[in-house]
Amino acid sequence: MTIEKAPVHDFASDWDHSDPEWVKDPYPIWDDLRQRCPVAHTERYGGGWFPATHAGVSAVANDTEHFTSRTVVIGNGRPMEDALPAPIGVAPPITSDPPFHQIARRLILPAFAPGPVNALEPMIRSLCSDLLERVAGQEVINASSDYAQFIPPSVIKRMLGFPEQDEDLFREFVHVILEGIDEPVEERIEKFAPIEAYFQAQIEEHAQNPREDLTTFLMNAEILGEKLEPQHVAGTMILVLVAGIDTTWSAIGASLWHLAQNPQDLERLVNEPDLMPFAIEEFLRFYAPVTMARLVKQDMEFLGCSMKQDDWILLGFPAANRDPAVLERAGEFIIDRKENRHLAFGLGIHRCAGSNLARLELRVAIEEFIKRYPRFELAEPSAVTWAAGQVRGPRSIPIRVA
Amino acid sequence: MKVVIDAARCQGHGRCFSLAPAVFGYDELGNGLVLGDGVLDADGLELARLAEANCPEHAISIGES
Repeated sequence: MTIEKAPVHDFASDWDHSDPEWVKDPYPIWDDLRQRCPVAHTERYGGGWFPATHAGVSAVANDTEHFTSRTVVIGNGRPMEDALPAPIGVAPPITSDPPFHQIARRLILPAFAPGPVNALEPMIRSLCSDLLERVAGQEVINASSDYAQFIPPSVIKRMLGFPEQDEDLFREFVHVILEGIDEPVEERIEKFAPIEAYFQAQIEEHAQNPREDLTTFLMNAEILGEKLEPQHVAGTMILVLVAGIDTTWSAIGASLWHLAQNPQDLERLVNEPDLMPFAIEEFLRFYAPVTMARLVKQDMEFLGCSMKQDDWILLGFPAANRDPAVLERAGEFIIDRKENRHLAFGLGIHRCAGSNLARLELRVAIEEFIKRYPRFELAEPSAVTWAAGQVRGPRSIPIRVA
Repeated sequence: MKVVIDAARCQGHGRCFSLAPAVFGYDELGNGLVLGDGVLDADGLELARLAEANCPEHAISIGES
C-alpha cells in the first residue's frame, strides 16, 4: 500500500522526488529550478528543501554543524530520537555525525581502500563474463535484469560472507529500504523486521564460524578497547549491503543504456581503450545515481530560506553535476571530458566509502560487455523503466546485441 | 614546481592516484598522498595538473618549489 498523493504542479514550491515526471526525467526539472529558485521547497514528507545548484549542494554537504545525517533516506515519518541510538545512528558511518562519524569511518575505510578492492578485479571480471555467457546466443538481452543487477550483490555477498543463494533476498531488502518511501510509517517498520532478523542470523552464524570477511572483521573490531555495539555491527552491515547494491547496479545500467543509444560513443570506447578512465567519470557525472538527504538541526536562515528543525534537505549530487555555473557544457555528455570534479560520490566527510569498489565494478562491467558486444542498440526504448526514490537507475534495458 | 595535497581537505575520492599514479599514491584509508618530495618534472607537472582539475574537494595545489 502507498499513500495517495496529488500530482505536482510546480516543483519549485511542491517538489516530490517520487513524482512520475521526476522519476522519468528529472534533468529538465532541475535545470528549471536552478534558474528559478534556486532552492525549491515542499510541504510533502513533513517539509523539505532541494538546492538545485552546485553551490547549494556544496554548502549543505560541507556543513555538519547545521545539518545532521541522522537519516539519509527521506520518508513520510520523522526519525524518533529513541529509534536512533546516539551517536551511532542506524547505519554508521553514513548516519553518524562528528565526532563519532570519523571513528566509525576510519574503521571501515581500509577494507575499501584501493589495495583490497583492486584484488577483487579477477573475480568481478569472471562474474561479468559468466553472466554474459548465460544469455549468449540471444538477440536481445536485458542489460539490467540479465546483467547489471547481478554484479554488485554478488560482490557484496562475498565481502560480507553471506550465503550464495541469498542474492534475491538482498535485492528485496534494498527495494524495501530505498523505494518504499510512499508507504505509511507503520508498514515500513513492519517490513524492516525481517531484514533485521536476517542480519541477526548472519551475525550469529559468523559467531559460530568466524572467517575472513567484513562481518567477522566488524564483530571483532574495537573502538578504544571496546567491541562495537551490536547495533553498530548490524548497522554497518546493512549500510554496506544497501549502499553497495543498487547504486552500482544503477550506474552500470545507465552507462550501458547511454552506449546503446549513442553509437559514436560506443565506437570510440571500443577503439580507444585509453578513454575508459575519462568515460567512467563522465558516466558517473552525467548519470549520478545517488541523491542523499540531511535533516535541519535547528530553525535557521540558510541559502535565503527559513528552514525549520527536522526539515529534510534533499541533497541532489546529480543536479549539482549538471550545473553550468561550475562546468562548461554541463548539459552535454562528453566521453573524453578531461576536467571533471563531479560529485557522484558526494562531497565532504561522507564521501562514499565504497567509491573505489563502485568504480572497479562499473569499469569491469562495461569492459566485459563491450568486449563481447562491440555493437549494440536499444531494442525497445519505451520498455526502459527507472527506479523511484533517491537512487536513480534503469531497471529494464532491452538491448539488441545481434 | 611542486605539488601538495591538503590532508584536511582530502576525502579519499581517489581521482589523483587513479589519473596520475606516477605522482600520487594513497594511505591505508585510501586518502591521496604525494609520492616523494612532490617536485615535478614536465611530465609530472602535466599529470599533477590533470589530477588538480579533477579533485572534487580542491585539495591539490601546485606552486613554486
